[in-house]
Amino acid sequence: MKITLKIWRQKDARSKGKFETYKLDNVAPDMSFLEMLDSLNQQLIAEGKSPVAFDHDCREGICGSCGIYINGRPHGNDRKVTTCELRLRKFKDGDTITVEPWRARAFPVVKDLIVDRSAFDKIIQAGGYISVNAGAAQDANAIPVPKHNADVAFDTASCIGCGACVAACKNASAMLFIAAKVTHLAQFPQGRIEAAERVKRMIAKMDELGFGSCTNTRACEAECPKGISISTIAKLNREYFVAKLKD
Amino acid sequence: MSKLNAKIPEGPLADKWTNHKAKLRLVNPANRKKLDIIIVGTGLSGASAASTLGELGYNVKVFCYQDSPRRAHSVAAQGGINATKNYKNDNDSVYRLFYDMLKGGDFRAREANVYRAAEVSNQVIDHYTALGVPFARDYGGLIENRSFGGVQVSRTFYAKGQTGQQCLIGAYSALSRQIAKGTVTMYPRREMMDLVIVEGKARGIIARNLITGEIERHSAHAVILATGGYGTIYYLSTLALNSNGSSAWRAFKQGALFANPSFVQIHPTSIPVLNDHQCKLTLMSESLRNDGRVWVPKQKGDKRNPNDIPEDERDYYLERRYPAFGNLVPRDVASRAAKERCDAGYGVGPTGLSVYLDFRDAINKKGRNAIEDNYGNLFEMYEKITGESPYETPMRIYPAGHYTMGGLWVDYNLMTTIPGLFAIGEANFSDHGANRLGASSLMQTSGDGYFIIPYTIADYLADDIRTPKISVNSPEFENAENGVKERIEKLLSIGGTETATSFHKRLGKIMWDYCGMVRNEEGLKKALIQLDELKEEFWKNLKVPDTANELNQELEKANRVADFLELGKLLVFDALNRRESCGAHFREESQTENGEAKRDDEHFSYVAAWEFAGDGKEPILHKEELKFEFVKLQERSYK
Amino acid sequence: MAGIFNSSIGKKLIMSITGIFLMLFLAVHLSVNLTLLIGDGETFNLAAHFMSTNPLIEIIEPILAIGLVVHIIYATYLTLQNRHARPIKYSKSAANGLSTWSSKNMYILGTTIFLFMVIHLANFFWKIKFGAIDTITYNGNSISDTYSLVSGLFVNYWIYDVIYIIGAIFLGLHLSHGFWAAFQTIGWNGTKWIKRLEIIAYVYAIIIGVGFSIIPLYFLIFK
Repeated sequence: MKITLKIWRQKDARSKGKFETYKLDNVAPDMSFLEMLDSLNQQLIAEGKSPVAFDHDCREGICGSCGIYINGRPHGNDRKVTTCELRLRKFKDGDTITVEPWRARAFPVVKDLIVDRSAFDKIIQAGGYISVNAGAAQDANAIPVPKHNADVAFDTASCIGCGACVAACKNASAMLFIAAKVTHLAQFPQGRIEAAERVKRMIAKMDELGFGSCTNTRACEAECPKGISISTIAKLNREYFVAKLKD
Repeated sequence: MSKLNAKIPEGPLADKWTNHKAKLRLVNPANRKKLDIIIVGTGLSGASAASTLGELGYNVKVFCYQDSPRRAHSVAAQGGINATKNYKNDNDSVYRLFYDMLKGGDFRAREANVYRAAEVSNQVIDHYTALGVPFARDYGGLIENRSFGGVQVSRTFYAKGQTGQQCLIGAYSALSRQIAKGTVTMYPRREMMDLVIVEGKARGIIARNLITGEIERHSAHAVILATGGYGTIYYLSTLALNSNGSSAWRAFKQGALFANPSFVQIHPTSIPVLNDHQCKLTLMSESLRNDGRVWVPKQKGDKRNPNDIPEDERDYYLERRYPAFGNLVPRDVASRAAKERCDAGYGVGPTGLSVYLDFRDAINKKGRNAIEDNYGNLFEMYEKITGESPYETPMRIYPAGHYTMGGLWVDYNLMTTIPGLFAIGEANFSDHGANRLGASSLMQTSGDGYFIIPYTIADYLADDIRTPKISVNSPEFENAENGVKERIEKLLSIGGTETATSFHKRLGKIMWDYCGMVRNEEGLKKALIQLDELKEEFWKNLKVPDTANELNQELEKANRVADFLELGKLLVFDALNRRESCGAHFREESQTENGEAKRDDEHFSYVAAWEFAGDGKEPILHKEELKFEFVKLQERSYK
Repeated sequence: MAGIFNSSIGKKLIMSITGIFLMLFLAVHLSVNLTLLIGDGETFNLAAHFMSTNPLIEIIEPILAIGLVVHIIYATYLTLQNRHARPIKYSKSAANGLSTWSSKNMYILGTTIFLFMVIHLANFFWKIKFGAIDTITYNGNSISDTYSLVSGLFVNYWIYDVIYIIGAIFLGLHLSHGFWAAFQTIGWNGTKWIKRLEIIAYVYAIIIGVGFSIIPLYFLIFK
């Protein structure tokens, strides 16, 4: 396969970036997108050029490190995949692929395709936890949790924090990310105790960090590699209003 | 032998930890905030230790190379986490888990450590559940367990096929809470470049800020390494691409002993290599072997579509060789059996380096829905990568480097031979012997962090309550920083033609061929020579683009590969020294007539702990004899 | 409730409540207007008279106006804020198979509808309220002949038929997203309701869009 890549290059946070075009003549359909970038980098280094920087780690779709905007979509043109899981068989021989970093005020570019997603960590720090110290827990079976709740908790806790929801949203909103966490923790009796405080603090933090608001376009849901549903955002809204009503 | 005092407490096995805890000294809450602790790594052990020590009131600084602590490779663990709750009423107990682990590790682990790991396992489950980890539940709302890794009781807690991810998110949330409280300071995108020792004690680290390239000094009263395993030494492995052995290697070169480095678990069920560009192997959970049957065609080089091969022309070789355990034999056994079949020419797929894992019978018997419920996400993952649906055609699998049982030598308090330097989780060697049982790593790594290190580190720090903040302006820090800068300068100035990745691939091939699933003296000796040559070439012909003062992923890689080239030799030395087969370590010279592993308890019932003797010198072997007071050594048979 | 409207979700809640209120109004408005299609205008004139003299409507009218203004102000504020959240745009974007065109262009749709409304108000509301229009007598009661005003416009100026049909279509598109989004925002939605609300939204949007389009078409074709 032959492909042409139009890749965003930016030396560091302060520099201005621009697109550069590269050609790869010998790629295989069963290569992953990142393996293709690996081989581009080997080529660039051989030519004495700077390789393209991109975040990646586990390469199996679970750590959430990778995240590239490929041909107008976060993680590219496939359903429920991360960039590392995207395979070249999703492209055609001779394609030109536009490769950009996530774009959001809250996710400034660090270098090339790497962005700073520490805003997500800050949101979790604002309240995305159940306050229990090690050693203080009772027996795991002391509080039964309906299977349905456990399943919902699992689905929402499977958020990997990759940021595709923010990247996809035309408002660069982090609502799906927060909704997943709020929904996850709200499934457990012990998680309900600080539910009101949690949702208020997380939303306040989101607003403070410069994310946009939700206009229900469902782009986040469409691009979430873990398939987290926008119905969690309705749940988040509900939790928020109930919490605020008590203020 | 003075170097190796394991400090195993006296008394009956079941009382050792309790008695030991009673004797451990404490640090007054008011003094804790005056004590700094550095933790490197934010996987389950690092995150759990950090949050717990933060909760206790210590002043904790945590480092990780990723952009967020939530991304450490514990996240990729699939199958589950063991505990001895006995919720299934199948007569499980701490002793039974202890025994399974000890036997599974082929009697090359310390009784006391293994017992303790099993002992704290229940608390780990309680804590994760309280944190909101959604373990699978039944319709009564109680937690469900499954049998895993070929044991006879159902003691594995799981969250579909992503237990590690769910647990790590729990641990990360607790860590985040402490970060918000200010007890823990998080330093993401930092790589530990060296350990700083002041007056014989670990007192800090030199870290590189991976964004700016700045070299930073960080001091503490104690340092905990929670840096995971070094399986990426094989280049292709199931680990995250950036996982590395550098922190452990830096510690080794500063005097910490490295134990059983050659004990590397090769996981039997990974997706096989598809092409030359491949950078990693994706694991398919071991739980698949509960329902999948492993086979190869009876005829060599049979290229037919697997579905067209009739039943009597299939060789279910695990069921044939190990009738008692069948497809559920432990990982090392399953891996070697697959390699044996492929080496003999029966392998399938384009490369001939894979075997089938077939769900046809299970789907026929239990229905597609039941299989989808249990393995849906794994099947999906497999299909994404290979383009084939396991519902319709058998999976193809092959072994891949996975988990390193070896690691920094630690005593019962999880302290290395350097005072004040602790190692927890996969980074230490202590609990899995020569082979790790499925679902025991999450258990051990979490137990270390939540319920062991917080107690044992207090005992060490009790001496330090009058020690003021460690200055970073001492000559020791100065020297360490200069050393790091020199090394980076050197890596950048070679100006050769070959990339770090290319060297890594070549290293991986040497390690896989000669120090992988099967080892022999001839091959290992060859590896020593080749590794020396490769190292020499590396320092002459490496090419690293760009500069030190920026985000430079190639430089990061080069630094890690440089350490791997040296660590590789240590693995080989260890494998050469151990002229027996045990667990994951299989020496061809030591096997039965049927090709099964032959252990040699008379000569090798010890932990091989290696000491750095200087660059270019052979490391010095220290033996920690393993005493088995409570169990009788048995042949590990799964027939 | 302290500070609820300072948050982005709170502002969305205002959008949602005013939106639901406006949608109720539209339903009433359409039911009244559809009487234009009945007979020679008496029904419509009576209905219009009832609406313009009903004290309840007198109270609701200013509230409606405020609702509309608030809806527009908050939409503008949120849109600006949301644009601010992405200072550098992507160079390329592609469909994701789930987001509708309407959902991504609500502000553009809203602006168009607003322009249409200016025309609409000038055509009718202004004249009825402040202008002098003909009266007609039914059973001895003399009331405004709104029917003639409407039919006069639609029969004599085909361009207004076109404008009103386009206005109705844009309104329908706006509602096709706005309807279920309003419920989503107030937190009604769940995994089951998401489908149901979407269907109800489409039905409602089609009724409003088609309903309002029928009227100019009716006059254009049959009168």
